[in-house]
Amino acid sequence: MHVHFLDPYKPRPSLIHAFDPRVKLVLALAFILAVALTPIGAWPVYVLLFAVIVSVVMLSELGVGYVLKRSALALPFVLAAVPILFTAQGVPLLAVPVGPWTLTITVEGLQRFITILLKSWLSIQMAIVLAASTPFPQLLVAMRAVRMPRLIVAVVGLMWRYLFVMVDEVLRLLRARTARSGDPGLPGARVGGSLAWRARVTGGMAGNLLVRSFDRGERIYAAMAARGYDGEVRTFALPPIPTGQRLILGIGLAVLLLLVMLGYLV
Amino acid sequence: MDYAIKIDHLGFAYGDGHVALRDVSLAVQSGAKVALVGPNGAGKSTLMLHMNGILLPGSGSVTVCGLRVDEKALGKVRARVGLVFQDPDDQLFSPTVFDDVAFGPIYQGLGEKEVRVRVDRALASVQMCDYISRVSHHLSVGEKKRIAIATVLSMEPEILVLDEPTAGLDPRARRGLITLLRTLPQTMLISTHDLRMVAELLPRTVVMDHGEVVADRPTAEVLADTALLEAHGLEL
Ligand SMILES: Nc1ncnc2c1ncn2[C@@H]1O[C@H](COP(=O)(O)OP(=O)(O)OP(=O)(O)O)[C@@H](O)[C@H]1O
Ligand SMILES: [Mg+2]
Repeated sequence: MHVHFLDPYKPRPSLIHAFDPRVKLVLALAFILAVALTPIGAWPVYVLLFAVIVSVVMLSELGVGYVLKRSALALPFVLAAVPILFTAQGVPLLAVPVGPWTLTITVEGLQRFITILLKSWLSIQMAIVLAASTPFPQLLVAMRAVRMPRLIVAVVGLMWRYLFVMVDEVLRLLRARTARSGDPGLPGARVGGSLAWRARVTGGMAGNLLVRSFDRGERIYAAMAARGYDGEVRTFALPPIPTGQRLILGIGLAVLLLLVMLGYLV
Repeated sequence: MDYAIKIDHLGFAYGDGHVALRDVSLAVQSGAKVALVGPNGAGKSTLMLHMNGILLPGSGSVTVCGLRVDEKALGKVRARVGLVFQDPDDQLFSPTVFDDVAFGPIYQGLGEKEVRVRVDRALASVQMCDYISRVSHHLSVGEKKRIAIATVLSMEPEILVLDEPTAGLDPRARRGLITLLRTLPQTMLISTHDLRMVAELLPRTVVMDHGEVVADRPTAEVLADTALLEAHGLEL
């Protein structure tokens, strides 16, 4: 059994997909860095950054709807920023009575909160486009090529591999259980067993999953080691980045730098 | 005619578009023991997974014990069809051998005494009584295979669907299994590469290749047809 539904890569005949993974990786990281450095409340710059991401999404042919839907995943994390609404010092905007206390939302707090919301939303969209337009193995190669520490790349690569191993095991365990969950239609028999028994079976399966994933991980590692794996993923030497793409890389970085500087001027 | 298994024009393609079964039709009478042979990738396992609704027909239909296999009948079908997966790791999911063999009977709502009797009997049939409290995960491949068979024997199904039951067994265990299968009264559909077992145990043989049934005849005839065997990569 193999799971494909987890893999974010979506093949499309687009310009973005055809780009060299190294260029994509560097530009995506630079974009996220630029978003992070843009100061609070620099709204015009956020509009421009948003324009950048929308154009990238359109060029990638992934569909604006697809990217928006996936980016909704980031929303729960934004909840962590809610306290900022109340803790920031500044001009009070609104008082919310909560039992015996009154929480005061300040203008500064609201500004910060919306900024954080925008920052995470913009960054996650770029990450989505990167992951959806680049096969994961190529991303790993690109990470190595831009001199990310070998340990980090190896850990990311193995995590990815084992994620699929684990989900595979989950599917196998569930299928094994369904295959024997039969109802012969005996009169008076309580099909499905007691709640406590079912809970115990599920608990056993969870334990089994851990042991099995661990064991399979070990076996995969042994198979890799037996064929000479030493922590480094070797690939053919990458072709040089074509001049056109170098140019785009340069322009992209310059534009992002400009946007950040603009942020401090407005 | 009273058919235990009736497959009509079954077609199936996997999620990635690979067509694994094309227009398969097959009828097995109650109590008959039928072999399913064919080269790797012929579609044997895929066909077997249809027998208790792990996979549902893309086109055509599967009927077991008079029940049409579809979403509504799954519970009833699974109580009547005992399926042993090709890979025993696909079969065992509980911490201990006892838990695994007892799962089917407990799920069906049998009382504790009856469950224990069935577990003991099932383990005895595969000569694995001493393993009752072992951790299934740590057994050898052949041991796992035998426990996997016990997990469906304990359910006492009407139909046994076994995917390569002798693969990985040592000669003694293989012999024991053949003897056991011969004494069991159930309808059997057994996929295998073990043609000597087929010759010994199963009077009728269905040959599959490329997702199609290419022959369905008495075993003796199939095994005597060297041209057929050669064309589909089989060897006695
Ligand atoms: N989950 C899957 N997704 C896609 N294709 C699959 C899947 N499982 C099996 N197949 C393909 O379907 C075809 C039939 O596979 P199946 O497992 O039924 O063969 P088999 O006859 O049991 O072979 P073997 O003798 O090796 O067990 C093969 O070509 C296989 O590659
Ligand atoms: Mg098979």
